[in-house]
Amino acid sequence: MKSGTYIKRPNRALQIYACVFLFVLYLPVLFIPLFSFNDSIYVRFPMQGLTTRWYVDLWSRDTVWAALGNSVTVGIWVSVISTGLGVVAARAITRYRIPGQSAILTFALLPLIVPGIIFGVALLVLLSRLGIPLSLYTVGLGHLIICLPFAIATLLPRFEGFERSLDEASADLGENGWWTFWRVTFPMVAPGILASLLLTFTISFDEFIMTFFLSGTDTTLPIYIWSQLRFPQQFPVVLAMSSVILALSFVMVFVALWIGRMGVAREYADDPQ
Amino acid sequence: MVTVPDVPLGRPRKGFAAWFRRSEAAQGLALMSPTLLVLLIGIAVPLVILITMGFWTREGFGFDTTPTLDNYARIGAEPIFVTFLARSFMVSGIATLVTILLCYPMAYYVAFHVHRNKMLWIVLMTLPFWTSYLLRVFAWRVVLGYEGVVNSAFLSLGWIEAPLEFLLYSQTAVIITLTHAWAAFAILPLYVSLEKIDKSLLEAATDLGDGPVRRFLRITLPLSMPGVVAAFFLIFIPTTGDFITPALLGGPDGMMIGNLIQLQFGPVNNWPMGAALSIVLMLWIGALGLVFLFLTRLAKRRLA
Repeated sequence: MKSGTYIKRPNRALQIYACVFLFVLYLPVLFIPLFSFNDSIYVRFPMQGLTTRWYVDLWSRDTVWAALGNSVTVGIWVSVISTGLGVVAARAITRYRIPGQSAILTFALLPLIVPGIIFGVALLVLLSRLGIPLSLYTVGLGHLIICLPFAIATLLPRFEGFERSLDEASADLGENGWWTFWRVTFPMVAPGILASLLLTFTISFDEFIMTFFLSGTDTTLPIYIWSQLRFPQQFPVVLAMSSVILALSFVMVFVALWIGRMGVAREYADDPQ
Repeated sequence: MVTVPDVPLGRPRKGFAAWFRRSEAAQGLALMSPTLLVLLIGIAVPLVILITMGFWTREGFGFDTTPTLDNYARIGAEPIFVTFLARSFMVSGIATLVTILLCYPMAYYVAFHVHRNKMLWIVLMTLPFWTSYLLRVFAWRVVLGYEGVVNSAFLSLGWIEAPLEFLLYSQTAVIITLTHAWAAFAILPLYVSLEKIDKSLLEAATDLGDGPVRRFLRITLPLSMPGVVAAFFLIFIPTTGDFITPALLGGPDGMMIGNLIQLQFGPVNNWPMGAALSIVLMLWIGALGLVFLFLTRLAKRRLA
């Protein structure tokens, strides 16, 4: 065992650094829920005492509920459509040899790298030239562009690990294309689909820059937060709202990652090689 | 005389249907067509129109659609545009370098020193990245604000007499926030490239008498360079065009090219100028992408 020991030897300095790193990574975000319970409109130490009145205030605001409704509606539609488009794209890429496949893939993944502002203003220009008024539909289109790469990136590995012979076996046993997909392909990629739905919903729910350029009079929650940031007296309510959104996002993403992993783990259990 | 048609067993297929059944590419493209259509409407067409508009000029409340290079000439000539572009590249460049420097030891730790629950560490490090970008930036406003966490804590501890004004609304604030917000984009590529390193190379280096520092400099660092390069581009490109962070924390001195573009489409209402600025940003990104491709090709050839 001598050969491996010096690498496995715990490095105290690195351990401390790693813990500090994680602490600093989470700390700023934790101040949001902390000060949302502060009994003062000013964010400063020492805190004035605990209160839940900002949450009560939040609860009684119709505009917040309307924005939340819009966010959820857009999020559900965008997650379903982008996951559906991701499924057909991942299936096509892994099942067929398509000319220019990598170029298409690069194109689809472009929004991961290119700043959102460029796609935002480009869509805004297109819509205004076509005379289409800005609405939640245009917001949804913008979100779709942002969510599609995440859907494809989540689904591709699932489809890549898929045994083509299973499809062929199903076809040989007399199933047609749809039934093969529904009874063979779908159950195997289901965890990926669920993870993609959750992730794209979270991304759409949190999306700001596309929404900023493409929303009309109906706004989503992040735009509502942005509009309230101008008023200092609204600060605690914004903190309360942000805390709720953060908590929801954390739970959704954690579940999505867990489901995504669970599928993979189960496969390993079925097939120990 | 009757000619026997040359048809295989089963139902004869002719023309389009037969070709379609045989062609993998056609079936694949047909399956992909909805996705391609959305990409076309959502990305390709808007970009073409944006490029076209960059050659227009503003005329009252409408546009003069005679193609000119006036916008680009103005961007090159007027100092405000050059200043904003230079500042964007500088701020995001510094933020990118700092992010990589801070994330490298972390990725190194997880790749080499964590043996159980590696996945848990990776999830822990990337979880904040999935939460709202707007809220993570907003969190730094709470921390760095004039009456924010840092200032009020230092004041009540008696370390400072008056709030530190340079904390909020400065380029420093933008750099700190960008570093924090984009950490996951550095950690993942760094981790992947470090994890791939063959540990027996490190053992060989030790057996041949290299100490930890020389071993790191001669083996680990060069072999992890692909990750460093990937992280650099993954952070540098998007942060150059960032809009939220400079808008919330930058103040007048911290405004970047993204804010300038937004101004053209908002209060200034000069859409052709905004389009031209977006194209300049795109060209810059394209140029960086080419450099990236060149570097990765070079690295691959040298490793092979």
